[in-house]
Amino acid sequence: MTEMVYGTVPQRDGEPILPKWWRTIDKLSLGCVLILFSIGLLLGLAASVPLAEKNGFPPFHYVFRQAFFGGVALVVMIITSMMRPTLVRRLAVLGFIVTFVALAMLPFFGTDFGKGAVRWYSLGFASVQPSEFLKPGFVVVAAWMLASSYELNGPPGRTWSFALTCTIALLLVLQPDFGQACLVLFGWGVMYFVAGAPIMLLMCMAGLVVFGGILAYNSSEHFAGRIDGFLSAEVDPTTQLGYATNAIREGGLFGVGVGEGTVKWSLPDAHTDFIIAVAAEEYGLILVLTVIALFLTIVVRSFLRLMQEHDPFIRLAGTGLAAMFGVQAIINMGVAVRLLPAKGMTLPFVSYGGSSVIASGIALGMLLAFTRTRAQGKITEVLGRAWR
Amino acid sequence: MIRTPLRPLARILKARDTGGDPDQIERDNKRQRHEEMRDTMRARAEGRFLVLGFFFVCAFMAVGARMSVLAVSEATEPRASAGGAAISAARADIVDRNGNLLATNFETHALYAQPPLMVDPEGAAEHLAKIFPDLDGARLKKDFTGKRKFLWIRRKISPEQMQAVHEIGEPGLLFGPRDMRLYPNGALAAHILGGASFGKEGVSAAEVIGVAGVEKYFDDYLRDPANGAAPLELSIDLTVQAASERVLWGGMKLMNAKGASSVLMDAHTGEVISAVSLPTFDPNNRPRPLTEGDASDSPLFNRSVQGVYELGSTFKIFTAAQAIDLGLVNANTVIDTSGPMKVGGFRIGEFQNKNYGKLSVTDIIVKSSNRGTARMVLDIGTKRQKDFLKSLGFFEATPFETVEAKTGKPLLPERWGDLSSVTISYGHGLSSSPMHLAAGYAAIANGGYAVTPTILKRTQAAKGAQVMSPEAARIARGMLRKVVTEGTASMGDVPGYAVGGKTGTADKPKPRGGYYDDKVIATFATIFPAHDPKYVLIVTLDEPEETSGTKPRRTAGWTAVPVAAEMIGRVAPLLGLPPSVEPTELAGITFTSSN
Repeated sequence: MTEMVYGTVPQRDGEPILPKWWRTIDKLSLGCVLILFSIGLLLGLAASVPLAEKNGFPPFHYVFRQAFFGGVALVVMIITSMMRPTLVRRLAVLGFIVTFVALAMLPFFGTDFGKGAVRWYSLGFASVQPSEFLKPGFVVVAAWMLASSYELNGPPGRTWSFALTCTIALLLVLQPDFGQACLVLFGWGVMYFVAGAPIMLLMCMAGLVVFGGILAYNSSEHFAGRIDGFLSAEVDPTTQLGYATNAIREGGLFGVGVGEGTVKWSLPDAHTDFIIAVAAEEYGLILVLTVIALFLTIVVRSFLRLMQEHDPFIRLAGTGLAAMFGVQAIINMGVAVRLLPAKGMTLPFVSYGGSSVIASGIALGMLLAFTRTRAQGKITEVLGRAWR
Repeated sequence: MIRTPLRPLARILKARDTGGDPDQIERDNKRQRHEEMRDTMRARAEGRFLVLGFFFVCAFMAVGARMSVLAVSEATEPRASAGGAAISAARADIVDRNGNLLATNFETHALYAQPPLMVDPEGAAEHLAKIFPDLDGARLKKDFTGKRKFLWIRRKISPEQMQAVHEIGEPGLLFGPRDMRLYPNGALAAHILGGASFGKEGVSAAEVIGVAGVEKYFDDYLRDPANGAAPLELSIDLTVQAASERVLWGGMKLMNAKGASSVLMDAHTGEVISAVSLPTFDPNNRPRPLTEGDASDSPLFNRSVQGVYELGSTFKIFTAAQAIDLGLVNANTVIDTSGPMKVGGFRIGEFQNKNYGKLSVTDIIVKSSNRGTARMVLDIGTKRQKDFLKSLGFFEATPFETVEAKTGKPLLPERWGDLSSVTISYGHGLSSSPMHLAAGYAAIANGGYAVTPTILKRTQAAKGAQVMSPEAARIARGMLRKVVTEGTASMGDVPGYAVGGKTGTADKPKPRGGYYDDKVIATFATIFPAHDPKYVLIVTLDEPEETSGTKPRRTAGWTAVPVAAEMIGRVAPLLGLPPSVEPTELAGITFTSSN
């Protein structure tokens, strides 16, 4: 009666946003990300001081910057993780288009900061590496295409996504940035693998990757030099790798002590590519193993949750994001311990770098959005099985 | 497998009949198929997730394990040591058969500069130019103040120079330890040893690699750390080598020859006791190879193994020995050597157009008759002659273990017909090195088995194939002895050592065909002592001229023979051979007082 007179009481559709988010989010992964980020800040206190000194800033200049960018990244991550998968997809596609154009325009407007590869846009107060932002958007777009190809009468999404992957890899190779190119190819490969790639095809592709690597080795001196440095039996202690290896050895189990490390003074990339060497030297093996465990937890936990997922798009996109995140960490740490040839790859959330940390925030936000607990049509499944 | 039809026709037809909605049924069917497909995909994805997860766990664990291994291993000092590990400077010594040092390593330093570390680059450049007068001070200054981060200044410096550089006190001038190869005997046995130089160079070490001779041939062995720095033992006897070089050098000067070589070989084992090639050089300071002119004129050229010459009448003994071995003749068979004699349209003449008439085989060798050997080889035949020379090693480069020996490949006639057989029977038309000849004479000396020339010390006789009967070899030795006692090599007799041998004088071929009349290669191939030969000695003089007479004399009997005799007189006692002198005249007893 009241309703008839006064109109309907505005009723909320379902639960309020925050409680629902808290209930469904993967709290373990979220926790791991936060711990990783704090470790990154802690290491920044040690590793970025020499750089600040060299550039004439106060000692903790880069720590504050990192804290600022990290804060932005965490906010972005949490906001992203609150979105519905469809919204994530829409925004990611838009973001992908923007970053793809930015990547393609790099040769004309980019800068190389004297490092021999045009990868950055200089914005005055900060530099942006479009390939970092491209990766999450790319994963979502490729996953969408792949998933749609498995619909009845779906478009040929596999071909489209493969063509897209190759285009991006080519653009990255032209910079040249072989590390990111490999990462993109790998990400697509993992998604296609989970989507159900024929085993024969996977083998052929592995062969193709090897062939491409040999080609790159023969055609690019930048690349060949790094591979040669890796293959030489004994590491020259005056190279970056030599310093990193020695730092890890110096550190031992418990490290030489906070602020006592020396490697950060000799390595130009101590705060980015070789942050793990700084960690090993000052805090020892304990911290390194902790970092490894955190990355592993995030990846495996995401996979376990995605296994339950019924929606092919969400499953594939989540897989791609988690795999890229994990592989980036493996490559970064593998280089420092000489398991892999030298590559300019940052350690997500731990390495210093504005674009890197914000891009990682976006990617992890998407991953958390995809791994949220949601209804998986279990009833229909059970009923369906019974009915059949 | 029962396939579900895409359209549930049975139900649609039934629905049409009963007035139901066929589209609804089709949509239901489609949705159901879609869900089934999703279920199978998810089931497959589950398996693949497990694989993927396993991969990631393994990868992270590999990184962690590697990190742990590194963390528990010892740290190395970042700058100094480990960098040189890739370059091994180790190189074994080389010693002669008695353990005397022929080549060893010597510690020295290389000098290099790192301009970024310099305090006073201009001052350093000036001081360096003073210490090393051959350095260009202005250029150094430019290098030190320019963009260069690293430059080598000197490869080897002496301790005094090092001290002087120390005293500049410039932190940007640094020393790299070096092992340099040292030949303490200077030019002695230079062609055998060859030489060494630096290979890969690093700040903390440099490779020493062989560039010629034994050093290059055994480069891998000498640098192999698995040998535990055990020295390489050569068959060379340093004292004999020194005496041979001295005598040969004197002989070369006396006979106005432009070059000379000698090979002294153990007739039973093939070990080379001394091998000389003149002119020579100092392996501590190897001269550069000639860029123009004839490479064989360079002091680097090893005449005893690289130089292939037509060795002339020294070959006649092979013909005679083979003819005896085959039973065609014996030492006393008489052969008509009178001319004229024509083979394949060519006249076969004698030295100075002599005509010896009827000669026994022994006299053919003693008087060195071309026509006599030609008659014998026509009986032997081309095929058998080739096989015999091949078994003595005249068809291949000698396996002598220096890199140069490989280039000393004998020159054989392209078509080996009767004419070639005849000329080769007296040593023309086939060019070989003195080392080849030594191996051939060793077979006669040791009773008929082939030997392989070697530079390595052998502990036991290495008997090769039997190439002639011991009896034939014995008769041939008798002939060689007679050449010295009665024939062309009368100056070659050394009291107490019963030298046997055969001379050979060959006109030098012109580079563009034909032969010089006034340039010869004079060779004396000897075995001693002739009754039980232990050693073979080949002495070769290049373009000798003996000028004591009215006309210059070039035959081996006047040139190579006296040199070889002098050499045998000097080295035989060193080899431990006691002279067996039979006093020709009893010492007279003089009675100085009677009572």
